[in-house]
Amino acid sequence: MQSKDTLIAVVKKDCPTCTLIVPVLRQLRAAQPSLTIYTQDDPAFPEGLAPVDDTSLEQSYRLGVQIVPTLIRIDDARETARTYGWDRKEWERVTNVAGLGTGLPDVRPGCGSKTEDPGVAERLAIRYGGFTFQSREVTIDDSADPIEACFDRGWSDGLPVVPPTPERVYAMLKGTTRSPQEVVGQIPPDYGECTVEKAAINAVLAGCKPEYFPVVLAAIEAALAPDFGLHGVLCTTNFIGPVVMVNGPIARAIGMNSGVNALGQGNRANATIGRALQLVVRNVGGGRPGEIDRATLGNPGKYTFCFAEDEEGSEWESFSVEKGFPKDASTVTLFVGDGAAPIVDEISRTPESLARSYAACLRAAHHPKKVIDVAAFLVVTPEHARVFHQAGWSKQRLKSELERLLRIPVAELVRGAGGIDAGILPSEAPDPNGTIPKFRTGSLNIVRAGGGAGKFSAYISGLGSITINPVTKEVRP
Amino acid sequence: MKTELVMLDPTSELSPTERPRRTRPSTIDGMTIGLLDISKRRGDVFLDRIEERLQARGFSVRRYRKPRFSILAPPELKQQIRNECDLVIEALAD
Repeated sequence: MQSKDTLIAVVKKDCPTCTLIVPVLRQLRAAQPSLTIYTQDDPAFPEGLAPVDDTSLEQSYRLGVQIVPTLIRIDDARETARTYGWDRKEWERVTNVAGLGTGLPDVRPGCGSKTEDPGVAERLAIRYGGFTFQSREVTIDDSADPIEACFDRGWSDGLPVVPPTPERVYAMLKGTTRSPQEVVGQIPPDYGECTVEKAAINAVLAGCKPEYFPVVLAAIEAALAPDFGLHGVLCTTNFIGPVVMVNGPIARAIGMNSGVNALGQGNRANATIGRALQLVVRNVGGGRPGEIDRATLGNPGKYTFCFAEDEEGSEWESFSVEKGFPKDASTVTLFVGDGAAPIVDEISRTPESLARSYAACLRAAHHPKKVIDVAAFLVVTPEHARVFHQAGWSKQRLKSELERLLRIPVAELVRGAGGIDAGILPSEAPDPNGTIPKFRTGSLNIVRAGGGAGKFSAYISGLGSITINPVTKEVRP
Repeated sequence: MKTELVMLDPTSELSPTERPRRTRPSTIDGMTIGLLDISKRRGDVFLDRIEERLQARGFSVRRYRKPRFSILAPPELKQQIRNECDLVIEALAD
């Protein structure tokens, strides 16, 4: 008579503990004929015990096996006991059979289940876990090169992308607690709906790790904030593109670079987070160069422009704290930039002199006579920061000093001044003897980054207007 | 067995996944036309006749030839055709 009670064992031949306990399985089969043995690798193992082939790992996945051997007791179709590895007492408890494996050691640890092999969990979750994607599938012949197939479909920014297979996208979605179908927003210019899932697909294309994904989502949210003016940013003839700056613990947690070569290449998180945002704009929004993106020249940062602010090496409060976020908050700030312009001053040792160097360079942003719609992020490096720290200058003091130094006499700005036709109209400057600030209040910001050697700083200029402003969003898990 | 690789569409899915054919030109007036012989037997017979007829209508015609029909056109040949012609006709014959 078939008992309602049964035992399930999951094994693989590759596991020495599984091969060690074959005599135990033989004993159990005799005591409990309804014992089912699932084998993960060799369908003939253990020989003579009629194992069930689970090389597909479906049963192992459904049973939630993490270690082999795993032994499970089922009573009335419900699991009532489980053990893994080999532990005689445990096996006797689960099976209610005494005297198991006499002559074997008392205890041996098991091995990892094949369901835990790298990349396997994602495949199994998609195949057996009932996980479905809303995005349509694009199938290509196996003989085709998937990277070329992505190029052919226009999904790339010009560099190779990582093919967005369901397994990779599933793994990316594990990087956030947010539902795949949550709508992050509508991406201009097409106003295509960007779900968390669509963002994940593009993060895969960009080469992101799942742990970067919350930063990517916050960057998309910042890009969609009305203040940022993404539509204007992407369709302008101007040079600008979005620049992503990350503050807070997440930057260190995911290994972002705020130090040597912070604005350059070589760091995966910096490189791929900025790129993911641009690919979302391209693929979900339809913002492609030569179509709606009408940039006359553009800038290389439109592939990716992303860095972390140096908070540990700074005595100044971070940009994020300046904006009212707590010190331990992780945030993403999005602003527009057209590249990094160097400020080389290896001589100044006083804050007054260095501030004058900064002002002289910043004066040239866009054009020495341009004072409307100019914005800039001044990136102060450690060697320059030391000059201000030693003199006790706060960031606000430097900012006030720069604002003072960057009040440009109208006489130097009007059309024709300096023999240059470009300039402001008299109607734009009611007082011909007055001054005009180079930067609107708030459109010059100061942040910290860079390596420890080099008396250089840089400014990232960009547009600043009523419709285009920096936006900061908190990173949510 | 033929297998397929599945990828998930990163776009807003406003266009079909199949790449559409390039739209045909509404007129070929004034175009330089390339005739590509892929080196398949008797393809030249077809192309000779096309050339005759195009030249009779005043078109500028250029001839090209792939070294063997079984290979992809070499990049230099593709670049040359792209730089010299507005339109290319190739003959598949036997």
